[in-house]
Amino acid sequence: MRLKIATIVGLAAATTVLGAQQQSRPIVVASKPFGESYLLAEMFSQLLESRGFRVDRKPGLGATEIAFGALRTNAIDVYPEYTGTGLVAILHDTLSDSVAADPRAVFAHVARRFAELYHVRWLPSLGFQNTYAIAVTRSTASRYHLRTLSDLARESPHLTAGFTADFIGRSDGLVGLARVYGLKPRAVRPLAPAVKYQALASGAVDVIDGYSTDGLLARYDLVTLIDDKHFFPPYEAAALVSGRLDSQVPGAIAALELLSGRLDEATMRQLNRRVEVDGEDVARVAGRELTALGLTGVAREAQAAPSAQQSNFLKYLWDRRATIAALTVQHLELVALALLAAVIVAVPLGLGLERTRRIAEPTIGALGVLQTIPSIALLAFMIPLLGVGVAPALVALWLYALYPIARGTYTGVRDADPDAVAAAEALGTTPTQRLLWVRLPLAAPVIMAGIRTAAVITVGAATLAAFIGAGGLGEPIVAGLALADTRMILSGALPAAALALAVDGVLAIVERLVAPAHRRKQFWRRRTRGSNSTAARVA
Amino acid sequence: MSISLTARNVSHHFGNVVALDDVSIDVPAGRATALVGESGSGKTTLLRCFNRLVQPERGQVMVGDNDVRTQSPVFLRRGIGYVQQHGGLLPHWRVLRNVELVPTLQHMPDSADAARRALELVGLPAAQFGSRFPHELSGGQRQRVALARSIAARPGVILLDEPFGALDAISRAELQESFDNLRHDLSVTTLLVTHDLAEAGRLSEEVVVMRKGKIEQRGSMRDLVRAPATDYVALLIERARAGLEALRA
Repeated sequence: MRLKIATIVGLAAATTVLGAQQQSRPIVVASKPFGESYLLAEMFSQLLESRGFRVDRKPGLGATEIAFGALRTNAIDVYPEYTGTGLVAILHDTLSDSVAADPRAVFAHVARRFAELYHVRWLPSLGFQNTYAIAVTRSTASRYHLRTLSDLARESPHLTAGFTADFIGRSDGLVGLARVYGLKPRAVRPLAPAVKYQALASGAVDVIDGYSTDGLLARYDLVTLIDDKHFFPPYEAAALVSGRLDSQVPGAIAALELLSGRLDEATMRQLNRRVEVDGEDVARVAGRELTALGLTGVAREAQAAPSAQQSNFLKYLWDRRATIAALTVQHLELVALALLAAVIVAVPLGLGLERTRRIAEPTIGALGVLQTIPSIALLAFMIPLLGVGVAPALVALWLYALYPIARGTYTGVRDADPDAVAAAEALGTTPTQRLLWVRLPLAAPVIMAGIRTAAVITVGAATLAAFIGAGGLGEPIVAGLALADTRMILSGALPAAALALAVDGVLAIVERLVAPAHRRKQFWRRRTRGSNSTAARVA
Repeated sequence: MSISLTARNVSHHFGNVVALDDVSIDVPAGRATALVGESGSGKTTLLRCFNRLVQPERGQVMVGDNDVRTQSPVFLRRGIGYVQQHGGLLPHWRVLRNVELVPTLQHMPDSADAARRALELVGLPAAQFGSRFPHELSGGQRQRVALARSIAARPGVILLDEPFGALDAISRAELQESFDNLRHDLSVTTLLVTHDLAEAGRLSEEVVVMRKGKIEQRGSMRDLVRAPATDYVALLIERARAGLEALRA
């Protein structure tokens, strides 16, 4: 026995030493759902791969709380983050003005606090800041004489703001701007990052929140207003790394640190522009930049993916058919598993509630409340319990599917022909016989209608699962939104819509098949029914 | 084969409403008794005590020589025919299968034959009607099927709760006649709930008038007409007679 343990320990030690370059598990590299985050995560990934590490990419995790939640619970190993976000949105710390204005002091503070509180490590800054840039069009700027955020606050009652949802709720966003500058726009519209520039250019909104390194700032010739009261903290970009990466995959941190200090703001703006404005492939832009920095050899740049700009949409879909098919299968698996689990739980639950009617409405009501939780929030709740990936997505989708199925089952069974049920009881059937012979067959169409509703909801909600790295057709939607790439969005959204229709259609057929016998005949009225029933009524 | 029904000093209430207040009746084997009264009189509650759809709080209920409390409700009910106002046929089962229900529950080896014979007795030959769904029948035909279902397993007792109440006058008269013949042929003990005094007189040997959970009077129709025991009974007879007079005029 002792010998055995010694052998195992010895082997383990040997693997650790030898395995630096061929570690047993892949490094999970994630990003948040916007272009620069995708690009930086892709650079991390390719850098690690060039050093012999295996990488599992989980791009587009929905916003700070999900990405950081995943990192904190070791569901991912690294993602790009900004010190200002860490300070305000995660730590909720306020610093004295002198400290807050000094990027190095902020970095030191954030790094120390994260290590203490979360055992999470900030690698040295990548070399650039990406602060919030409150932007207006050149014409708005001249019309209202806007140069600073104080100017904007003065004119804000005349202006409509289009801010990202993240920005509206954050204390280093609109909340803080209102407090420090007295900013009070006439209206605030929540906008997805991908559409806010178009909304500004088209005049739908007058002012937006951007990032100082956004490629689109230059494209639309926008004016960035000066933060004259130094409200925004420094947002230095850096790799944020889980506490266990160093021990589990030795050498990974050293590889990631090769990128520290190598990117400046001008470079970053240009790279973002290539991705967001020119529609260049993220992997290609990342690979070329790493080569240019001398960090990797000549990029492999496999079969140069056709640029989105060059081909028409159908060709674009055709070129991506293998990916779309794979994502569709993945999507369908998510939906099928979640739905099956929901049927297994909710149908017996609905039947049970019919027998205990006192608690039926409160129970079903509680399931209904789950429906009101926004999908993203529900997915975010799952991360501390289940990490990121398929498991939390399945649980969230399962929770959403319970209500329509339980409601349909309960209502269907409760309202099944009361006379028939009463007669069956009076003639000596057991409760089980009544359930199997009378209630279930008569309730079947209502139960199936509940399952159909749940299925269509689940197909839709499953697209959001991409925000927690569960894949599926949401993946191109989330990526397309982040990269302002309409074709990419559609390459996920169209198959998802088709899938919803197909699932609904298939279940409609099932609904017919399970209809009780006397109703089924009405669907396929063809042969003798007409003559028969007329005769009966005359007689 | 027929058996008697007895209720002794039975009381029951639903919430604050007294449904039965110390009620006793007995129906001799092979005879028919009608429970007459307005809604809320307790007549249906009393009927339902015999197949344990209602468990009375006090008193004793006997089917034959057995107290119903000693028998499992499910087995008790399989031995008692039952017809309710809206037939209660299973809509997704064809007529023959509906009628076969109780023979099947009793594991009778020839349940399909029993069902066919019962359909024959109520005037609906299985060859013509057996494969129809209930919604393909008229209201009168549906009640006939319900009647066939209640006698298919040849019970000794049959309970009828307003069985003809929802029918038009002609179907109703036809069905009353069929039923009367049937019950004499099978000599089955019958307890009938109705609000129609004329129907009670036509179909039963003894009439029990109920009101507010109590028995006002019991006896043959002739006794009731000759000597109404209470004002209520007298009024009931008066009204029934007025209905007939109106037709004569």
